[in-house]
Amino acid sequence: MVVFEKPKALTDAVLSYCPGCTHGIVHRLVAEAIDELGIEGKTVGIAPVGCSVMAYNFFSCDMIEASHGRAPAVATGVKRALPDNIVFAYQGDGDLASIGLCETVSTAARGENITIIFINNAIYGMTGGQMAPTSLVGQVTQTSPYGRDPKTQGYPIRICELLATLDGPAYLERVTVNSVKNVKRAKKAIKKAFQNQIDGKGFSLVEVLSACPTNWGMTPQKALEWIDEAMIPQYPLGVYRDKEA
Amino acid sequence: MNEKVMMKGNEAIAEAAILAGCRHYFGYPITPQTEVAAYMAKKMPKIGGTFLQAESEIAAINMVYGVASTGKPAMTSSSSPGISLKCEGISYLAGADLPALIVNVQRGGPGLGGIQPSQSDYFLATRGPGHGDFHVFVFAPASVQEMADLTGRALHVAWKYRMPSMLLADGTMGQMMEPVVLPEAADAFGSDNPWAAVGTGMKRPHNVINSLYLAPEELERINFERFKRYELAEAEETLWEEYMMEDAEICVVSYGITARVSRNAIVEARSRGIKVGMIRPITLWPFPKAPLAAAAEKVKSFLCVELNMGQMIEDVELAIRCSRPVDLCCRVGGMIPAPDEVLAHIMKLAEGEKA
Amino acid sequence: MAGHEIIIAGFGGQGLLFAGKVLAYGGLIENREVSWLPSYGPEMRGGTANCNVILSDTPVGSPIVQHPDILIVMNTPSLDKYESTVAPGGKIFVDSALITRKVSREDVEVFYIPATQMASDMNASGLANMILLGAVLRETACISDETLVKSLHQVIPARKADLFELNMSCIRAGKEYK
Repeated sequence: MVVFEKPKALTDAVLSYCPGCTHGIVHRLVAEAIDELGIEGKTVGIAPVGCSVMAYNFFSCDMIEASHGRAPAVATGVKRALPDNIVFAYQGDGDLASIGLCETVSTAARGENITIIFINNAIYGMTGGQMAPTSLVGQVTQTSPYGRDPKTQGYPIRICELLATLDGPAYLERVTVNSVKNVKRAKKAIKKAFQNQIDGKGFSLVEVLSACPTNWGMTPQKALEWIDEAMIPQYPLGVYRDKEA
Repeated sequence: MNEKVMMKGNEAIAEAAILAGCRHYFGYPITPQTEVAAYMAKKMPKIGGTFLQAESEIAAINMVYGVASTGKPAMTSSSSPGISLKCEGISYLAGADLPALIVNVQRGGPGLGGIQPSQSDYFLATRGPGHGDFHVFVFAPASVQEMADLTGRALHVAWKYRMPSMLLADGTMGQMMEPVVLPEAADAFGSDNPWAAVGTGMKRPHNVINSLYLAPEELERINFERFKRYELAEAEETLWEEYMMEDAEICVVSYGITARVSRNAIVEARSRGIKVGMIRPITLWPFPKAPLAAAAEKVKSFLCVELNMGQMIEDVELAIRCSRPVDLCCRVGGMIPAPDEVLAHIMKLAEGEKA
Repeated sequence: MAGHEIIIAGFGGQGLLFAGKVLAYGGLIENREVSWLPSYGPEMRGGTANCNVILSDTPVGSPIVQHPDILIVMNTPSLDKYESTVAPGGKIFVDSALITRKVSREDVEVFYIPATQMASDMNASGLANMILLGAVLRETACISDETLVKSLHQVIPARKADLFELNMSCIRAGKEYK
């Protein structure tokens, strides 16, 4: 008999995410990767500021809550102190691509041997739906009520492409979780990002295009479709760096 | 005992931190503290430690936060403008009850200010450098020997109380060379910290290093508990030095470089028959309130000598409940008063008392 | 042995800090109280620079020299700045190859040494500081000859150890210059 079980690397705490939010799926994929690689006991996770701020309650491994945007710096400190442990940061787009962009780029440039899971849902969720550095042109948010206007609000940042200009990163891939097929690909990418760290390959980042039905003002089903229709054209899926490939 | 060597204050800090067991240093270049980073850059790779030039002061303090989360000693150093940037991180360290050492070799401000010595970060350091209710230990060395000794002590008490410690020096202290006897190597902390995030080893529930408490009742309780520790620190860890205070009628209060200048002025004033002494706070937090209050029972007036527009003077007035006049002798912007200037101020006070 | 408060001043790059270090390490070797304080910052790169050294038998208070009893000056702005601060009876050592004016005070002893020219003649450009130091040692004996040799060995970095003899020659030349 096959029983669908909760991964051991997730605690019993009830996830605090909205209905239809895909953070839960990504949490599960991260936990499955940790379980399958048998690394929970030596893993230290860094939670960001944003919707996943409470991630420290959801993962069973030791967890550290970082200040907004600084998870890669905190992860660097942990990894330098505990080089044999596995260190990952879990960050949203405001955290990683706006306030913490300097840390993101510098940590990638150093090739720090850590794993970053980057949730890109093109919006600030926790604070109620403001424009993110990754919001699309024309996207209506609380702080771009007439749609993101490039003349005054600029253009979205493509993190994988930006980091791919650096020599430091070992692995960069963009995935999404809006279908079973895509979830399976995302799982493979996340697991590889951890395996790379175990193998000492260096900086690995997986960008996950994620749905935020609440702040996008869509049904969960429509939000998943919007990833295909609007986000993927702006943020093409694929591998942007794989040093071994 | 180690033999006496000549060292710059900044180098003494670096070597003393290493001797105290610190193996993780993160910094960003800024005058006048660069010798700390330069020393670490040379030494750490040779002893299996970490020297990392961070992308910013903000990143550096957060790297310290990362190491501190694992229970190991970590430090960063900077000068005033850089310390402003670190304040966010220091608040998070305090909120997560993490120990760390932050060195501030002060220069003049505000803004970009200058690069010459200053004590204008007294408020910043002693009022809790960052948002929220908290304190950090603040040590004010007045010699290269104290730069070394207090670095070790700052690390030690940071771990004992799980609080950040700040070594508050100034450009003069950092740049000057004096003979120093370095402390013996020790590794008294950093090995067994049940709270640290080092991996559960699948043997215990997960540890969480955190400063977020959304339930107000819980956040209040944690603040109360933290301040209980602060009370203990105030009772146990306050340091000061008294100089020629036995029969003093005027009490100079000064720390760091200005305490050195004041010493010259006091020697000269004594030779002219003026009964003047000095209380030199060595910890600025906790502040030596008790000895000042006791001095207020005996002396006629106080004179604060500091390199700012009058910051510590508020703590002196509070400590003595404004029971005696407290005067200020100050220079700012990187200027340092000459002993003659302090002497003139002492003479003026002495004459005022006669009149 | 009397204490000394010393200012060495000139342009950045003239070896002012180095000359100060030789004296400060000398003080350490003689187990005296010592402080050495450099000016620092952008002024070190070619502007005016100075170094304060105190040798004392009692703990050093302020490391900032207010009234030097020994002043070594290697450019005119430094003489202008510090001449008036010298303690009465103090000694001023002037690099007369670079400073053409005379010291106007009459309550101090002045020694004019064309140190930069002498160094150049000795194929030791950059060691005018050591020539002036030689004159200081002759006139003040602020550290002993034996100490000087030890101190110089400590202060010269290992990669320049071969320059020890040249430094000593310059110090001797300064001592012998009348």
